[in-house]
Amino acid sequence: MEEMITLTIDSKEVKVPKGTSVLDAAKMIQVDIPTLCYHPDLHPSAACGICIVKINGRMLRSCCTPAEEGMEVITRDPDIIEARRTVLKLTLSKHPNECLTCQKNEMCELQSLAGKFGIRANAFDNITPTPFEMPKDASTKCIVLDPRKCILCGRCVEVCQHIQNVWALSILDRSVKTHIAPAGDSRLADSPCIKCGQCTAHCPTGALVEYDDSERVWSMLQEKDNYCVVQIAPAVRVSMGEAFGYAPGTVTTGKIYAALRKMGFKAVFDTNFGADVTIMEEGSEFVERFVKGDGVLPMITSCCPAWVDFMEKFYPDMIPHFSTCKSPHAIVGALTKTYYAEKIGVDPAKIKVISIMPCTAKKFEILRSKEMFASGFQDVDVSLTTREICRMIKQAGIDFVNLQEERADSPLGEYTGAGTVFGFTGGVMEAALRTVHYLVTGEEMKPENLEIKPILGVDKGIKEMTMNLAGKEVRICVAHGTGNVEKVMQHLQEAKEKGEEPPYHFIEVMACDGGCIGGGGQPLGVTDEIRKARMAGLMSDDEFSEFRCSHQNPSIKQLYDEFLGKPLGEKSHHLLHTSYQPIPLYKR
Amino acid sequence: MVELTQEQIQKLKELGRTQKENLLKMGETFKEDVKKYKAAIYTCNATSCHSGGAASVIDAFKESLETMGLSQDVRMVCTGCMGLCATGPLARVEIKGREPFLYKEVTPDLARIIVSEHVAPALRDGAEQPLRLSNYLKSKELSLQLPFFIKQRKIVLARLGHSDPENLGEYVATGGYQALMKCLEMKPEEVLEIIRKSGLRGRGGAGFPTAKKWEMLAQAPLCDGEKFMVCNGDEGDPGAYMDSCILGGGAHAVLEGMMIGAYATGATSGWFYVRAEYPLAIERVELALKQAKKYGILGKNIFGSDFSFMAELRYGAGAFVCGEETALLESLEGKRGTPHPRPPYPTQKGLFGKPTAINNVETLANVPPIILKGPEWFSEVGTATSKGTKVFALTGKVKHSGLVEVPMGTTVECMVNEIGGGTSSGKPFKAVQTGGPSGGVIPASHLDMPICYEELKKLGSMMGSGGMIVMDQDDSMVEIAKFYLNFTVDESCGKCAPCRIGGYQMLQLVKKIADGEGTQSDLKKIQEIGTAMKQAALCGLGQTAPNPVLSTIRFFYDEYETLIQQAQQKKAEKQKLQAELSSIEHEMKKLDERKPDSTLPAAGCSGQCKKE
Repeated sequence: MEEMITLTIDSKEVKVPKGTSVLDAAKMIQVDIPTLCYHPDLHPSAACGICIVKINGRMLRSCCTPAEEGMEVITRDPDIIEARRTVLKLTLSKHPNECLTCQKNEMCELQSLAGKFGIRANAFDNITPTPFEMPKDASTKCIVLDPRKCILCGRCVEVCQHIQNVWALSILDRSVKTHIAPAGDSRLADSPCIKCGQCTAHCPTGALVEYDDSERVWSMLQEKDNYCVVQIAPAVRVSMGEAFGYAPGTVTTGKIYAALRKMGFKAVFDTNFGADVTIMEEGSEFVERFVKGDGVLPMITSCCPAWVDFMEKFYPDMIPHFSTCKSPHAIVGALTKTYYAEKIGVDPAKIKVISIMPCTAKKFEILRSKEMFASGFQDVDVSLTTREICRMIKQAGIDFVNLQEERADSPLGEYTGAGTVFGFTGGVMEAALRTVHYLVTGEEMKPENLEIKPILGVDKGIKEMTMNLAGKEVRICVAHGTGNVEKVMQHLQEAKEKGEEPPYHFIEVMACDGGCIGGGGQPLGVTDEIRKARMAGLMSDDEFSEFRCSHQNPSIKQLYDEFLGKPLGEKSHHLLHTSYQPIPLYKR
Repeated sequence: MVELTQEQIQKLKELGRTQKENLLKMGETFKEDVKKYKAAIYTCNATSCHSGGAASVIDAFKESLETMGLSQDVRMVCTGCMGLCATGPLARVEIKGREPFLYKEVTPDLARIIVSEHVAPALRDGAEQPLRLSNYLKSKELSLQLPFFIKQRKIVLARLGHSDPENLGEYVATGGYQALMKCLEMKPEEVLEIIRKSGLRGRGGAGFPTAKKWEMLAQAPLCDGEKFMVCNGDEGDPGAYMDSCILGGGAHAVLEGMMIGAYATGATSGWFYVRAEYPLAIERVELALKQAKKYGILGKNIFGSDFSFMAELRYGAGAFVCGEETALLESLEGKRGTPHPRPPYPTQKGLFGKPTAINNVETLANVPPIILKGPEWFSEVGTATSKGTKVFALTGKVKHSGLVEVPMGTTVECMVNEIGGGTSSGKPFKAVQTGGPSGGVIPASHLDMPICYEELKKLGSMMGSGGMIVMDQDDSMVEIAKFYLNFTVDESCGKCAPCRIGGYQMLQLVKKIADGEGTQSDLKKIQEIGTAMKQAALCGLGQTAPNPVLSTIRFFYDEYETLIQQAQQKKAEKQKLQAELSSIEHEMKKLDERKPDSTLPAAGCSGQCKKE
């Protein structure tokens, strides 16, 4: 039984569990204290000073003050509102007045707070840019850091250091010169940044945003000679609706296909198909390693590009453990420019593949190594985040909500439930095990066993289980959020140093909290509640799929029959697999 | 952690008892040694005198004592701060049977003369003979009867100027570590009770009752078997150097205070956080810790008791904000020194997440004398709520600037006019600034104000760590406010918006007024920002940063007003001139417009062109 305490907020008594913040306690009685630097995912930094309230007569921050027995809280009186307004006006005075042309226009928390507070004039002289401002950093071509727009709420640093454990971003200098940058003011591209984009997903202003490729895509669509093909990632179908007023987790796959066709794409594919291919390849790879003892164990999944970057930078000695299989969208890209091009008789040079991803790191992945040009061309031409495509649909004036649902194009559009669960933590492992079970035992998994509960869910950062596979015990681990992954890697390394048997055989890793549903390119404002809703959406998509195992997908069978031959075959090896190399943490 | 067996513990206790005896013996030996000397020359070698050349003065003293064959009779002591820093280097000659004699502005030459014309004859002639000094030597005398000296009451500074800070034997001979020994024979609660009765409050600025802080730490359970004491030696106010001098004058007293606190609260180890710009203080803390470890003062089963304690030294890198306790803890942990919200208070969750009490240097130095002489002895000094004494660094435009310790409740009048000897310029006194960049000004009209926590707060200032800067009528209060605000703006850690941006914006407005460009609305904005900073800044530094400005506006509003009026006049004049200028331009334009009529063809033209 949790210990409960009673306090008074605005003369109203409220009972809350011990440890609840005053901010959350107020929410329980429908008092919405304004905040700016606070984010429910993160430890409160207490930087902005907007959420101040009077506690027993003293002005304190409600976000980080734990409720105590008998506390008397006043959340609104003229003093408090005046102080909040002044703080907000001060914050605005160190922020450029560029809302109209800002990428975060309409989605900026500072902008909406200024709107709520009815700030009608610049009370203080605007001091941006100050002479010591750092230039805009778009070096990664995934994430853009504009220090002028930064209000130093500290969310990005908190997420980068303590959730992701990457420490690419840090707070440098002091006084009015304080700014956010990689150590030594190096560029993001030269820093340990893994481009996961969690900073952009948490930034309240336009200081950290995704690198906008939408104009490039518009001009590709304009070019008459181009044959533009699009694919959507698993996690996109349950989040995109949010931009059009749907509840988080609503599956809008059919409407997304329709909207993309209206935008002018000649073929609409689904990355879930690629996910099914990944399972065929990766599953077979695991069987090779585990059953036939051919290769290093544990095997670690590699479909998350931020995780690949992390591993190449922080754990290069783990490279042999990585599955060599490419990520699903890269597979769809390579197959589109070979298999599909052949099929429809179009010159692959004219085909442009655009992938819609919940991720900023995918923008980096499509150029990361020579294997990304396996088709003889750049396999995926542009990778757009969910946020970019939502803006593009709005620009095109497409009435998303009232669109008739459509189907994806064949054959790279058909997918199974195993492909769709790739979008959340544990999903890749679940999909792989469904097929591995079949490959090892020759039997299909029983329908009631298809959901592998111990490895699902967003609450635990590291999930472990053992599974019996034809009399052999498989030790499995699933981790999400690179901060958690780090612990798993250390665990592995310790075992290695001691000469012990590795603690796991098969490890799934996703760099973002919750997996791709909480990806760095997803619609803003994500919380654990939203992650759970999106995950539930994908789970129901899986449940209602005709086929729930990748190897059952008729298009996959056709692909191997007509084109690839067999998993891990020569053609697969050339088109669908990649290699890794160590990368220094800091480049000059 | 390795569990010790009963047998091992008994052995450690045995060792501890021997170490205690040895330590006390060391004190006795020192007393015996000193008796051999007929005289002593005490030379101040604290930072101020040192930078004035004290080292060569000491060499000169030693050399001439040697040449005159007096080395065996005269004890040379390099001491901590003697107080009257403005007239350093200082040296005091004490000859048995005679009144002590203090010399100011001592140079190596003067040192040699002192030995040959003062020390040598006095020793030769004996105490009965009156001492005849040359006029030159007399001109260098600093009377010990000056109000500067007799109006002070020294508890914390008692040893400074009278003993060798590096001599552990001398520390013990003057009662050192006997307070700790006394405590170890009491229960921790009894020790707490003594501190509570004494009424000791934190000397770092805010005046939080020390006993209350210690009780909070005592009540907090050990975390992983640990609880910490931290000594805050990160004093960084412009013009303040009390803690530097206290540590430089002997860190054993502070260490002893910390250990008593640790015993009372159950803390297991301690940390000295001293800013790296204080080399002398660092040297003395290092030495004290080394000596304490060597002689069993720090370690296991101290003096044969059940109390074990260890202490370490860490350098602060000079950020002003690291004097704020939560930022200090971050810095101690090796992180960027920025404050974090309280609660949880450090006594609940402090260094490395473990309960920690952070005490100022001066607070800790007060503890051993309280234990030795009793809480009543201490609480007799001071006012109803502010007990004991306070050390101040009296600087600015005052005749006798230096380090002083006075009873709480001493009036501003006494500080400035008696101890300080009035303004150095002889011009009327205008105000005194206390509390450093977090404090405010006390105007001449409040000369009768007794200096204590409450009174200072009433005036919108604060005790701070004890900087006190005297200003005369020539000083512009707007400039003073600008100076302090500039300092805090520079030193803002940059974490919270109210301090980072508020301070900067306020500074721009103060500068505007100081530069004669300000308006009434700027003054209003300053007050708006000031209020928001007080309410919404995260830490004490940000919350008090507007104080120098708000306090000067409160007491010297007319100075701001005058500047603003002048600015308005200037503006009006400028507008007038501009109007005149534009009317002239208008006239000129009219003239220009008439030009076509009056312009003649170029001189060379005589209609030739038409002919061709």
